[in-house]
Amino acid sequence: MAWVNAIIQGVLTGGLYALFACGLSLMFGVMKVVNLAHGDLAVVAGYVALGIIAVTHMPVLWSVVVVVPVMAALGYALQRTLIQSALDRSVLITLLVTFGLSVVIENGLLQFFSANTRGIGVNLSLITASFSLGSQVQIAYLLVVIFAVAVIVLLGLQYFLSASRYGRLIRAVADDREAAQLAGADYRHVFGIAAALAFGTVALAGFAYGMYSQLAPTTGTDTILLFAFAAVVIGGLGSLWGTLLGGVVLGVAQQIGAQINISYEVLAGYLVFLAVLVLRPQGLTSRRAQT
Amino acid sequence: MSQVTQTLAPPVLDFRVTRSRRNVAWTGAVALAIVAVLAYFPYIFYPGTTAIMVQAFIVLTMASMWNLLAGYAGLVSVGQQAFVGLGAYFVLYLALHGTSPFWALPVAVVGCAVAGLPLWWLVSRLRSGYFAIATWVLAATIMLIIERFPSLGSGTGMPLPGFAGYNVALLTADTYWAGLAVTVASLLVIYLLLRSRLGLVLTAIRDDEVAARSSGARVALARMLVFVVAAAGCGAAGALLAIDQLQVQPSAVFSVQRTAEMAFATIIGGIGTIEGPIIGTAVFIVLQQELAPYNAWYLIILGLVAIGVALFAPRGLWGLADDRLNVRLFPVGYWLRFTPERTISQGAETRRQRMH
Repeated sequence: MAWVNAIIQGVLTGGLYALFACGLSLMFGVMKVVNLAHGDLAVVAGYVALGIIAVTHMPVLWSVVVVVPVMAALGYALQRTLIQSALDRSVLITLLVTFGLSVVIENGLLQFFSANTRGIGVNLSLITASFSLGSQVQIAYLLVVIFAVAVIVLLGLQYFLSASRYGRLIRAVADDREAAQLAGADYRHVFGIAAALAFGTVALAGFAYGMYSQLAPTTGTDTILLFAFAAVVIGGLGSLWGTLLGGVVLGVAQQIGAQINISYEVLAGYLVFLAVLVLRPQGLTSRRAQT
Repeated sequence: MSQVTQTLAPPVLDFRVTRSRRNVAWTGAVALAIVAVLAYFPYIFYPGTTAIMVQAFIVLTMASMWNLLAGYAGLVSVGQQAFVGLGAYFVLYLALHGTSPFWALPVAVVGCAVAGLPLWWLVSRLRSGYFAIATWVLAATIMLIIERFPSLGSGTGMPLPGFAGYNVALLTADTYWAGLAVTVASLLVIYLLLRSRLGLVLTAIRDDEVAARSSGARVALARMLVFVVAAAGCGAAGALLAIDQLQVQPSAVFSVQRTAEMAFATIIGGIGTIEGPIIGTAVFIVLQQELAPYNAWYLIILGLVAIGVALFAPRGLWGLADDRLNVRLFPVGYWLRFTPERTISQGAETRRQRMH
């Protein structure tokens, strides 16, 4: 029964990891940008939410309504300035710039907010409430909500990219930037929109993790970025639903590892990631070889 | 008949392919002199100064290796702390089993090179940005595995044994000389590598990977070799770090901050030149010393400077200087040197004589 519990918990945390991963996947899919500051930006979103809640005393969950647009605007601005000018130079420069950004953000948070961990909405009943399945399986409502949010975000992205006008523009620009430009699309603006979307999901990821666990300046890299990346690679690069599958596989691997020995939790996830890298480098869902 | 061929003959251009615009002999002599002076430092400076120099040696070794990876082979690794950590732990392990840490250092270098092979096999499946994060995951994984060993101090690490009865002044001096030796060896290895066939292959890959592949350049082999050399070099830096700090702590040696240090020093100094990391390391150490009382500020400032340099002066400080001076301290490229007109006519003269 303990194993069933581990698997159920793993599947649910997989939703959280998919939420971590979809922004990373989107930025790479559209702009070919691997944003090494991805996780640190999620932590920034969490800290912004904490700041808003502390200053305005608004209900915890309502702060999402503020944080997501704020991060989306930041995403658009960063893409149009820093990331675009790095992209105009080379892939190497883009990596160096986002890595620099990651280190600057992480140490900035450390400097201004100390290394203390902070949780979002620690007094909410949503955080502690759970329901039982059978005698040994306790499921937290929060994890179910996060899983649902992840599925809704992925469905929404899928719908947006396939059906909306901007979605078509984004796909056109991702496929062939020059051709889209010739057809009258301003690819820089479209990149900005895609970055805004990605940063919106990054904000949700940071907020969700802040509620699920604790945020600290180093959470951005040692948890969010690395788990997001592992989920993306396990699931298959460039596939949104693969991302969910990757998140679930990572979550289950971690929970099974934790079941064996609590200190194996993170390691077990990485070992599964490495196994996928060796046995199926194109990921679980992707059929085409990765280049 | 002879007249016609004379007029139709292409203009004679005499040129020589050289490594440098200027004579390299004197740069070699200067380099030797600098190393000799540096080797004399422990006799004339306080241990405080040589301690800072040891830090500079560690950063320079790491930065030069990272530069070889990112600047020459196009492999942006953000997981080089894996090898820094492995190097430190090799020294710790050997010291716990009775080897002198200084003798453990070369073993750590070999160990890291050997470890680099399977790790390359793992991460080489991914490209550019995803390669970068994969190396990071690898470093995190190795740290988590090492933390499972209570005999190596688990998650908290342990002090480095093996220096009982060592004279403190002698230890400081020996550490300094070990650092100098590691740095000189690293720079020499990189210099010779880049002057060899491998350097030519790497330049070809950098300019046009597809063309390089189709001309028969063994791209994968070249990259693997670079990765293994960088693994060994970062391992040496990690071993030095352990000896310098007299303790090994997993969260410190496996910190991504190690990669931040090497990357920032390289970018600021000038990526893709051997001279760049040297300049960058000097800037790094000065900033670090000046901003030491302000905790994390030195990394914030270095990060901002590195972003600015990457965007607006991608060839770094050395690139800015090079535009004006045209000097190569480590000539690894090629120059076409045209001989003056006088020699051209002389060359034509001899040709004509041969024809008769």
